[in-house]
Amino acid sequence: MQALTQRVKQVDRKPMTLLERIYLWNIVKGMFITFMHIFKKKPTIRYPEQKRQFSSVFRGLHVLNRDEEGRERCTACGLCAVACPAEAITMEAAERLDSEEHLYREEKYAAKYEINMLRCIFCGLCEEACPKDAIYLSETFAPANFSRKGFIYDKSDLLIPNVKTESADFAKAKGL
Amino acid sequence: MYLLSLDWLLLLEKFVLILIIVFTSLGIALYTTFAERKVAAILQDRPGPNRAGPFGLLQPLADGVKMFTKEEIIPTHANKWLFILGPGLAMTASLMTCAVIPWAGTITLRGHQFPIQIADVNVGLLYIFAVVSMGVYGVMIGGWASNNKFSLMAALRAASQAISYELAMGLSLIALLFTTGDLSLGTIVKQQQGHWWNVVYQPLGCLIFFICAMAECNRTPFDLPEAENELNFGYHQEYSSMKLGFYLFAEYINMIMSSAVMASLYFGGYDIPFVDDAKLYAGSLGDWTALIQVGVLLTKVVMFIFLFMWIRWTIPRFRYDQLMNLGWKTLIPLALFNMVVTGAVVILKINHWHF
Repeated sequence: MQALTQRVKQVDRKPMTLLERIYLWNIVKGMFITFMHIFKKKPTIRYPEQKRQFSSVFRGLHVLNRDEEGRERCTACGLCAVACPAEAITMEAAERLDSEEHLYREEKYAAKYEINMLRCIFCGLCEEACPKDAIYLSETFAPANFSRKGFIYDKSDLLIPNVKTESADFAKAKGL
Repeated sequence: MYLLSLDWLLLLEKFVLILIIVFTSLGIALYTTFAERKVAAILQDRPGPNRAGPFGLLQPLADGVKMFTKEEIIPTHANKWLFILGPGLAMTASLMTCAVIPWAGTITLRGHQFPIQIADVNVGLLYIFAVVSMGVYGVMIGGWASNNKFSLMAALRAASQAISYELAMGLSLIALLFTTGDLSLGTIVKQQQGHWWNVVYQPLGCLIFFICAMAECNRTPFDLPEAENELNFGYHQEYSSMKLGFYLFAEYINMIMSSAVMASLYFGGYDIPFVDDAKLYAGSLGDWTALIQVGVLLTKVVMFIFLFMWIRWTIPRFRYDQLMNLGWKTLIPLALFNMVVTGAVVILKINHWHF
């Protein structure tokens, strides 16, 4: 019969030799192999102490960015929510008051901005869709939580700390 | 020290000795579970348990606490009395073996001789056989009382396996008895002091005994009674909490005890290799030699336990027919052959090598 693929391997069906039938010798050989594993380097990363280096293009938890003066960049245009294939983003827009010019960069801002991290597939399309450079994917991932509610991240979780007022927190968030 | 015609000093001495030995065995068994996980991990290129305490050394305690705080479930239609008796019996039987193992030579305190052995029974070997075969009752009773067909099947397997391998074990020991001429473990160990160890005279017997001991302990490759893919979880399927813990624990104590028996029978017991123990006792060390001897025996035990684990994490489990073939068609004929050859040589030696 013609072989279906070129990777066919002939199985060795020779009767076992005496040494193989005694079986003990093969056990000794196997034990030698396992013994050699004692001296092998262990590939385990001991997680809380050691962390795996993510690549620079890793797409992790979202960050809502601020501009140089610490004003929120997001204008609640909703492009990210439209782009999101998993429909993980919801937002509510609000109009900026005159007294809030130091808080929001444009006249319109996101009063509510929520991302459901259980729905999110971390594809990064929101990042690409944003015309205001307001949303970025960071290099961390969502930590475990006890309830589903805990995975809905709102603005307080997502916003990067203000450069001006919370410079220490900002530096920490940036990893500086 | 004689009151009511009882030697109270002897009673007290034995009581203290029993307490020490039983609790030491339990402690060692505790850490054997830890060692098993560590050895398994290292052989598989993993770090193993390393969270509880430095190097994970508190892991067995954490396991114990976990076992004790789990919910205790007794199945509705299980035979309650037997269901509780099972793990208890398994544990008792495995601990009883340590009574006849000589842990060190005799020490002298204020003119009294204290042998470091709970009971030097003159039929020590038979006692071990009796107790070891009791151990399978724990498994059988537990499997039967669970009222679960998989547990029952596992119990049946355990029973048939124990019978098959005890036979070969007994035959391999008969050959050993030809050379030693004594059933008492104390005497057998003393005979090996200053001479070659019995393993030199009985290499085949030692190998058969080792394989059978592995089968008696239900260790892989002979752990058919707990074959997960065929029997769910084996005879302790329905057990939970510390009753399950007792079963698992009994396996490790069994392992320690069979290692100790093997060390005593074939590897000189507490005999310090390359050193004349009697000289040490007479020398400046005096009775402290006993402590070294205990250490030496424990080292031998630890080496055997490592061997048990090493084999467990190397070889897959036997199929049931392979197990029976190995037991009945290979080990028993080999043991018989060993017995006949040993017998012939012993008779020749008695006849001063004349036919």
